[in-house]
Formats: sequence, structure tokens, C-alpha cells
Amino acid sequence: MSTSIKHDDAPAGVRSFTTKPRRGTKVRRQRVKAAWLFLAPMLIVLTLVAGWPLVRTFFLSFTDASLSDLGAANLIGFENYLVYDNGRWYGVLADSVWWQSVWNTVYFSVVSVSLEVVFGVIVALILNAEFKGRVIVRAAVLIPWAIPTIVSAQMWAWMLNDQFGIINHLLMNVGIIDAPIAWTANAAYSMWAVIMVDVWKTIPFVALLVLAALQMLPKDCYEAAEVDGIHPVRVFFKVTLPLITPALMVAVIFRLLDALRVFDVIYVLTSNSTSTMSMSVYARQQLVEFQDVGYGSAASTLLFLIIALATVAYLYVGRKQIQLGGD
Amino acid sequence: MNTRQLAKIAKRIGFWALIVLIMVYAVFPFYYAVVTSLKPSSDLFRVELWPSNWNFDNYISIFSQTSFLRAIFNSIVVAFSVVFIALLLGITASYALGRVRFRGRSTVLLVILGVSMFPQVAVLSGLFEVIRALNLYNNPAGLILSYTIFTLPFTVWVLTTFMKQLPMELEEAAIMDGATPWITITKVFLPLMWPAMATTGLLAFIAAWNEFLFALTFTLTDDQRTVPVAIALLSGGSAYELPWGPIMAASVVVTVPLVVLVIIFQRRIVSGLTAGAVKG
Repeated sequence: MSTSIKHDDAPAGVRSFTTKPRRGTKVRRQRVKAAWLFLAPMLIVLTLVAGWPLVRTFFLSFTDASLSDLGAANLIGFENYLVYDNGRWYGVLADSVWWQSVWNTVYFSVVSVSLEVVFGVIVALILNAEFKGRVIVRAAVLIPWAIPTIVSAQMWAWMLNDQFGIINHLLMNVGIIDAPIAWTANAAYSMWAVIMVDVWKTIPFVALLVLAALQMLPKDCYEAAEVDGIHPVRVFFKVTLPLITPALMVAVIFRLLDALRVFDVIYVLTSNSTSTMSMSVYARQQLVEFQDVGYGSAASTLLFLIIALATVAYLYVGRKQIQLGGD
Repeated sequence: MNTRQLAKIAKRIGFWALIVLIMVYAVFPFYYAVVTSLKPSSDLFRVELWPSNWNFDNYISIFSQTSFLRAIFNSIVVAFSVVFIALLLGITASYALGRVRFRGRSTVLLVILGVSMFPQVAVLSGLFEVIRALNLYNNPAGLILSYTIFTLPFTVWVLTTFMKQLPMELEEAAIMDGATPWITITKVFLPLMWPAMATTGLLAFIAAWNEFLFALTFTLTDDQRTVPVAIALLSGGSAYELPWGPIMAASVVVTVPLVVLVIIFQRRIVSGLTAGAVKG
């Protein structure tokens, strides 16, 4: 705490700040001291649940720890990641199931986020129009977002049920398919079932973010466009889209980071089937079901690195959009 | 009627058709779950949009299971405790981050942002160890602790944004009167922060109520589980024996409070979600 006070006397710390009372240093010092005191509980809790566990996961990935006896772990170097033994490669990086799950996760993330953005923008444009009952439609659109992921997965699992599901029933009545499709069990369709549920659940989030951006747009360029008789579709691509791109980017990054760690939907809809397994499902299966904490931690660490890399890349590219604390 | 008018009418019809389509798409799965949950088990496998016979057997069946009641109780305790802790720690931290300029402030904000992007699985084994060391395995208290990893960063982030928007004169007046920072928070800011706290509290509640991965991993026995895990594990031996009626009834039971919350507080939720992303 004392160091922070010392720092604060340095020129950089005395820059004018809107809420800073321009008075004697006693008040300043008291405030800075109080600031750290108030931050302390949050920092302690975050260290306990995030910082320390992350370090431990990292460490455990270099051991042969097992779930039943975490204490008795031996350091084994990079063996969980990759090791050459008796003419064969072992480890997460040599496991075809891991690479399958990486591919599944990337495929799932890209496809579902793309669909969510397209449909989210359409829904947002509709909600931005003025019409009677807009509030009701907005509330209805929010419902999928509020439903627990587990529950939405179960609801869709029931609708997608191969024998008694309403979706097969409808598709057969309309004549699109002749025989019922085993949506969640058949590897050819199960990923699409997962994407369907995720898209349904997260369109509201994207739509709301885009709607907030739409409502901040200046009205005058639309009036000008209308006077000039420019086609609305052209106006959308030339005026609206460029203006909402920053908000859209924020929505995309939030959704992508979320999609890369997907777990619940896939676990409930298709359990541990390899055709839809995501990186999170893979890591948890190793950790909990196979009790191999070392190996599972290695997979978790890789997932963390992938997401950290994506985040850093985004922060680097999009510094303009997220300014810390918004000053 | 000329073509121009016709085109206008067609446009209006198309617009409303789109609205109806969106409404049906958003609400139908929930509606169908309600319909299914009201069907007697003999009718379960007949596809219909409106139940021809209906009763409350599925609801009676889930509410007569003590493990389900226990799960609801656990979920309520966990969600409320998480909200309380997140707001308590969030309001003090956001005062520090939003009203005081000090060295290391941006670093703390960056760390918070970083934690909010953590994949939960990345801390699973380390957190498992911590929870066992604290003797909280198979105990809702372990879930309360672990849920702060995703509720706290979000709460701090949004509350900091709100805290910054409050006029500085208020605080200056308090300082002039010799108020300590703690008094300033509780007596000056807290009354003004209620709307923001309600918003973030609501979002934290929903997040805690819906969480699955930690709840699945850190609990073992039926009586310590939360509702999402209870619903996910309500299954029979094979895919064909799943008790769909009770599953749908349980789904409706846990979703109804959320749907009611969303309808009542939709404005707050929207502002909270967008404050976290757009303004942040």
C-alpha cells in the first residue's frame, strides 16, 4: 500500500482527473489508500478462484496427477503434451480426438457466430422500426437468452427427437424428408443440431447489442438518403453497416470467446460423442471421467492459450473499441 | 389501386409476417415444452400443438422428488449468495476504479477484463484443488465461491462504468464535509447506484442460476446439486427411456421465474447487457 502512495506523488499520478479533489495531499493519500483497501477483497477473491487455479492447472499439466489423489503428483515434463515412446507419439498434441475437438470447436464457433450476426442484425433492424407492440416483441426475443442453456438443450432435444419430435414430424408432413432424421445421434446432423440450439439461444444477445448501436445512429443521414431516393438496401450497406461495425465487432468477439469455450449445449445434446466434442468437453472428460488430471490440465492449458491468443489479437486490433473504463 | 399502393401493402404484410416469424421462432420451443409438460404420459408421443388431454401429473411427479426440491433450494441459495457477494465486492471495487485515479488502475481493469474471458475449463483442475482444500467439495458453498469467477468481473466492469457517470460535485461535497470514502460510498453513492445494482444483480442472478459446468463437476450427490444439473441428469437408461414429461415440467419450473424476470425488467437487462459491451 505504501508503494502506491509513493507512486501517486510522481508527476504521472497528479494529472488532472475529473473526480480528483484538487486539495491537499492528505485527502489524496487517504483516497488512494482507501481505493486499494476497497479493491483488496475483490482482488483476493479473484486470486483465489481465478489466478491461483490457473497457475495450478498450468503446473498440473506437467504432472501425472490423478483426480483421486491430487497430492501425489510427479513432474513428468511435457509428456502430457507430446512424447515419443517406442516408435509412437503420445500426448494431447498427438491425439486425433483432441484435433477433432479443436476442429469441431472452430467449426461450431465460426458457423454459429456468423449465423447469429446475420440473424441478429435482421432482428435488430426489425426491432428498431417503430410499430405497435414493439415492447412485446422485444420481450419475446429476450426469452431464449434467459432460458438456462441446459433447459434449451433439453427442449430442443425433445423437439429434435428422432421418433416423436415435432421437427421431424413437420418436415415429413411438408414432404422435405421421407424418413425421420436422428438429429442428435447421427454424426452427419449432430453438429447442426448443436449449432441450431446455440443460434436460437444467442441471437437475442447479438440483436440487443446491434439494436443499442442502431438507436444511437444520427437520424439526419437517413433523411438525406430518403430525400435523394436511395434504395433502403443500399442505405443499409452504405450507411448503417459501416456505422454499426464497431458494435458488431464487440458482439462478435464476445460471442466468439464464448463459443470457443462451449460446453453445456454439446454435453447435454450429444454427451461425449466425438463428432461434436468441443475442446472444453474433451478436457473435462479427461479430467473428471478418466480422472487424468495431468492430461486434462494439458488440454485445458492449450484451450486457455488459444483463447488468450485470440483475446490478445483482438485487444491489439480493436484498441479503439474497448478503451479501458471508457475514459 | 395502383402498383405503388400494392407494393406498400405487400411491404407491410411482409414486415408483419417477419415479426410473427421472429415471435414464433423465439417463443415456440418454450411453448412446446409447456404443452409437453401438461400431457399425460400416454399422450406424450403424439405430436400436437395443443394437448387434447391434460393434467399436472408431470409436475406432481417432479415435486414429489425430494432431490428436485433440494436442487431448487440449492439453486436459490447459490444464486442469491452470488448476487450478494458480487454486488458487495463490486460496489467497493468500482468506487476505487471509477472515482479514484491511482497507479495500477488500468492494470487492474485489464486483469478484470482478462478474467472475464477465461474459459471455465482452464481453471477446472486448479479450482477443484482449491475447493477440496477448503473442504467445500460437494457443497453449494463451493459453487458460490467458484461462480464469482464470472459474476465478479462483469459486475465490477459495469458498476465502474456507472460509477464514473455520477457527478463529481456530490463527492466533493462529501469530502468537504469530512466524510471518509466508506461513508461516501454508503451514504452518497449507494442510493444513486440502485438502478445499476439492480441491473447487474439481475444478470449475475441469471448467470448463477444457469451455470452448469462447475455445478456438474464440484457436486457429487443428488442433495447438493443445483437445478441445471438435476435436469441434465434426469434421465433413464437409454435415449428412448428419457422421462420427457418430467424433464419438460422441470424445465418449465426453472424457466418461468426467469421469463417473468425478463418480462418485468427487460429495459434494465437490455441496458445492463449493452453497458457491459458497448460502453465498456
